[in-house]
Amino acid sequence: MNSDVILRVGTKLILPFILLFAIYVQFHGEYGPGGGFQAGVIAAAAVILVAITFGHSAAKRIAPRGLVEHMVPLGVLIYAGTGVACFFLGGNYLDYGVLAHDPIHGRHLGIFLVEIGVAVTVSGTMVALFYAFVERGR
Amino acid sequence: MEALWSHLPALQIVIPLLGGVLVALVRRGSLAFALTLVVSWVLPVVSGLLLYQVLSTGPISYALGGWPPPWGIEYRVDVLNAFVLMLVSAIGAIIMPFARRSVALEVGERRSAWFYCMYLMCLAGLLGVAITGDAFNAFVFLEISSLSTYVLIALGRDRRALVAAFRYLIMGTIGATFYVIGVGLLYVLTGSLNMVDIAQRLAVAPPEQARAMVAALAFLTVGISLKLALFPLHSWLPGAYAYAPSWATVFLSATATKVAIYLLVRFLFSIFGGALDLRSLPVAEILIALSVAAMFIASFIAVYQSNLKRMLAYSSLAQIGYMMLGIGIANQAALTGGLVHLVNHAIMKAALFMAMGSLFYRVGTVRLTEIAGIGRKMPLTMGAFVVAGLGIIGTPGTAGFISKWYLAVGALDRGWWVLVFLLVASSLISVLYIGRVIEMAWFRPAADGLAEAKDPPLSMLLPLLLLAAATIYFGIDTRLTAGIAGEAAQFLLGGLR
Repeated sequence: MNSDVILRVGTKLILPFILLFAIYVQFHGEYGPGGGFQAGVIAAAAVILVAITFGHSAAKRIAPRGLVEHMVPLGVLIYAGTGVACFFLGGNYLDYGVLAHDPIHGRHLGIFLVEIGVAVTVSGTMVALFYAFVERGR
Repeated sequence: MEALWSHLPALQIVIPLLGGVLVALVRRGSLAFALTLVVSWVLPVVSGLLLYQVLSTGPISYALGGWPPPWGIEYRVDVLNAFVLMLVSAIGAIIMPFARRSVALEVGERRSAWFYCMYLMCLAGLLGVAITGDAFNAFVFLEISSLSTYVLIALGRDRRALVAAFRYLIMGTIGATFYVIGVGLLYVLTGSLNMVDIAQRLAVAPPEQARAMVAALAFLTVGISLKLALFPLHSWLPGAYAYAPSWATVFLSATATKVAIYLLVRFLFSIFGGALDLRSLPVAEILIALSVAAMFIASFIAVYQSNLKRMLAYSSLAQIGYMMLGIGIANQAALTGGLVHLVNHAIMKAALFMAMGSLFYRVGTVRLTEIAGIGRKMPLTMGAFVVAGLGIIGTPGTAGFISKWYLAVGALDRGWWVLVFLLVASSLISVLYIGRVIEMAWFRPAADGLAEAKDPPLSMLLPLLLLAAATIYFGIDTRLTAGIAGEAAQFLLGGLR
């Protein structure tokens, strides 16, 4: 695989755009198609592309196994933690309106935080699944 | 404190969910267990407070995210699901100390944190199904509990656990699909997913919608029956219970099928009961016929099992038959019997499976032929087995008798004395399979390989003895179990057309 110049250079060229697109989908999710789930999958696809082109160990330098496995619960923690924060600010569970002085800003902030949680868990899960398949039988 | 009081319904789900996430983050066996233990012990406090609130002031409604029902997701707690929440969280709390050594042995230190994480997710899912007042939200929680259950089963050390988990995955997914189709039909009919709202809208639905309603009822009944392993949709259960780690079997046998039964009761009585005249449909006849088939066929198969966990799994199928029988007969006494059997069977079967877990911990086998004379070596364990076994048979003075008594009274009220006869006859079959174990354990000379066997450590023995004692206690003092079940039955029957 190392001798294939087109594949290697092509991957390096396309990587920043994949990650940029992931960020676009993440932060534009409230207005257009997209959101945390899709952004997480796109970001994970970048890591998987590196693994396919440069090998498994190169991908692990970008996203170590330990990090990936911690990302899976961490995203849920961000999501559920946002909900719990709403308790303490006087609302019901996941009632984002209380997160800021203006309820509309509050809802905006709530969705933003929750979607980050989703992106973290989804990208972590995708990469963890990929690693699990790649490492089968090793 | 005052602030948290009003958030109890959300806390019931959020605590196990956050607990599961934290367990997955810390990933160290002993710390993970400590966290799981704390969560398991806090939950009955929450559900106890909810039950107390419901019994004193009536149903509680909690609008998730601040969106009022029927638009948002509503958590709605009434007598029936407060009772189920209490059952699930109390069983989880009692059996938790048993887990540490049993899971460390059977799942391994390295994987035990993942095991506890999946257990807490499963617990969150089961409690969620019970607490939610939203039909689609119930599906989501059903899938959370099922997906984590597949993992719990697959972590068993026997390789056949993988096949059993996969089989359950296929059957469980078919069940979930049927459930969603049913909910989808209801949504088309009513434009609502909130259970209370659906019930109100169905009750005034024009008669030409009756056919779609019956289709929804059929899909929901079959889908949930797959999850609760009603005969003949039970094929996933024996393998799953036999090859899952012992402690996972204890937990699942005591809670998972019970929550599915609750969901079916909720749909049959609270949603369809007010809209359709269920007596004009053959629902009751089908449920009763399948229940009786389960009571006999599963009991007969249990008699011929040599793997004791498998035998108890078949016995569970027969006991599910008793619970469904109460739902099928559907009068005050029988429904009370069916609901109280949720609790009584959870207590007895958890005790029996814990005895199996202790046996495996000390002897490394649960095969009938290899445990000859084990009673003298592990007297407390097998003593508890005998007590819980007598409960399963339905001996007077045990919890099992109470359930069967109510069921028999309910059948007699309807004038169906044949059912009473069948009830007694099927109990006699359970004498055979429980008796076989008692004879092998107590009346044979000890086998050679068992010389060093002794009762398990206190952390495993105490939960087992506690549940064995509860089997007798709830056979004598039924205010707590049959009392609340009776109120729930009254509440359900009051909503029928």
